Amino acid sequence: MSTATSEQTKFGPRKGERPLGGHVTEALQTQRNDFWQKGPLLTLLGFGAFVVYVHFRAFMGTEYYAAPYLSPFYSPLVYANPDFFAGSPTFHSLMGNLPQGAIDFWKGMVGWLPIALPLSPAFFILLFPASFRGTCYYYRKAYYRSLVGSPAGCSVCPLSSGTYHGETKLLLIQNLHRYAMYGAVAFIFILTYDFWLALWMPVDASGAPWVSNAVSGTDPAGYQFGFGVGSLVMMLNVVFLGGYTFGCHSWRHVIGGRLNRFANGNSGSTGLTYAIWKGSTWLNERHMPLAWISLFWVMFTDLYVWAVCNGWITDYNTWSMASGQ
Amino acid sequence: MSERTFRVWRGNQDGGEFVDYSVEVQPGMVVLDCIHEIQKEHASDLSCRWNCKAGKCGSCSMEINGKPGLSCMTRMNTFEEGETVTLQPMKAFPVIKDLACDVSWNYKQNERIRPFAPRERDPDGEHRMMQEDVDRVQEFRKCIECFLCQDTCHILRDRETEQNFAGPRFMARLASLDMHPLDTDDRIQEVKDESGSGLCNITRCCTEACPEHIGITDNAIIPLKERVVDRFYDPLMWLMRKLRPGKKETVKN
Repeated sequence: MSTATSEQTKFGPRKGERPLGGHVTEALQTQRNDFWQKGPLLTLLGFGAFVVYVHFRAFMGTEYYAAPYLSPFYSPLVYANPDFFAGSPTFHSLMGNLPQGAIDFWKGMVGWLPIALPLSPAFFILLFPASFRGTCYYYRKAYYRSLVGSPAGCSVCPLSSGTYHGETKLLLIQNLHRYAMYGAVAFIFILTYDFWLALWMPVDASGAPWVSNAVSGTDPAGYQFGFGVGSLVMMLNVVFLGGYTFGCHSWRHVIGGRLNRFANGNSGSTGLTYAIWKGSTWLNERHMPLAWISLFWVMFTDLYVWAVCNGWITDYNTWSMASGQ
Repeated sequence: MSERTFRVWRGNQDGGEFVDYSVEVQPGMVVLDCIHEIQKEHASDLSCRWNCKAGKCGSCSMEINGKPGLSCMTRMNTFEEGETVTLQPMKAFPVIKDLACDVSWNYKQNERIRPFAPRERDPDGEHRMMQEDVDRVQEFRKCIECFLCQDTCHILRDRETEQNFAGPRFMARLASLDMHPLDTDDRIQEVKDESGSGLCNITRCCTEACPEHIGITDNAIIPLKERVVDRFYDPLMWLMRKLRPGKKETVKN
């Protein structure tokens, strides 16, 4: 290729120029007469609702476990915080209870704030899915349009008329999506394990459903296999998140898209790599709906656990049927 | 049959204005039919490009009610009753006259791309490749070069940049070459530096505008961006190249 010339970087009329063709050039102007704002507005509302909810729940730091269901916002539970009601399934955490020293240190750090800010286990977790979704090729479209108007819609003048760098300078960071994807794949296995645990109700020594550490002060004596509506909710969470993650453009590239030849040169057979790539392509074609469904469902799963935890709803399950409750 | 008002931009490089025309619309008519009707009844000097009238030549690209589209494939019954239809030339390219633009910049971009460089033929003189390997490439061969994707791309349409961006049409062409099972040329450095893959911010207007429904963003631009990540931004891939120097992460042959 020859080197680009400055002449080649400028075509249509720009802001402040005489608009030939009757075209508009000012920020957010367009000649479209359809309701093009609908998409960006819905995206903004959807994102806004999720961000507000997830922050609220993460800062709560409690009511994220209703035996045997663990909220996905708190999974994998690195540690349990014995300070909080229904937030401390010690047996479910990777590192047991949080040391008192860490709790005291945190209180010293944030004690000056006008609101109580608990050391929530969610702080250690949400960074991973947030970075995955934040750098996702679908979500980039969504927030470049909705949040920064770059452009807000097709054939709509961009919000900013300054020099455009795209993803070449500060936004080179978007290229970390691949690493966020590796983390997201790990989360699918973690959430699958949580679903498996959601089939085992912890019981005490008498066989009755176990009451949380915060109340009973003891770990469960055993587990009973069963199934509840919550198990189904958690299973669907894994299915939707799996569909979203394994349809990711980076995943699709890494598992096969980087190749130019799938078929064996001699036999012509394509093998497993091609099959996986085709499967990922099928999911990739549905990436946008899966992105929204999985976003909604992970929020709903947390809401379900929160509601059961507080007794706002009853979780219909085989354990309560077996015990006649 | 109903009467419709068309608001058509008339002018050239020296300037112009919108002119209203009234057209009797018959069932089954497309926008291009109405332009022909305007030429016949009101303005025989109205300029526009057209050829096949079947959505395959890519000549009649323009902006219809502000959206890039093929006038021969835009049916009149897709508009609301009584809706005025505004016709403009494509914004991203210099106007020649009325609805006709100078799209020659695109051909210059095409010339900048090095041509297909196939590997040596098999001993029996044949080039062999499997259908599964060329499926991806064949999708890009559907392109009719209407340049609607170039027109709707905000980088070409509205932006000042310090770098060149070849545009969606030519990112798709680069993808069709770089993914080709027989091609031996390494084009990734150029995809990044000279075609400006990093400038694309994936807002997908090109895909939405494509009348051939080519997955420009998902199947061409993003895979190319991922190949650029392999080469320049992924330390694991860098390590793999160092450890296995004979094994390219993007298999060429």
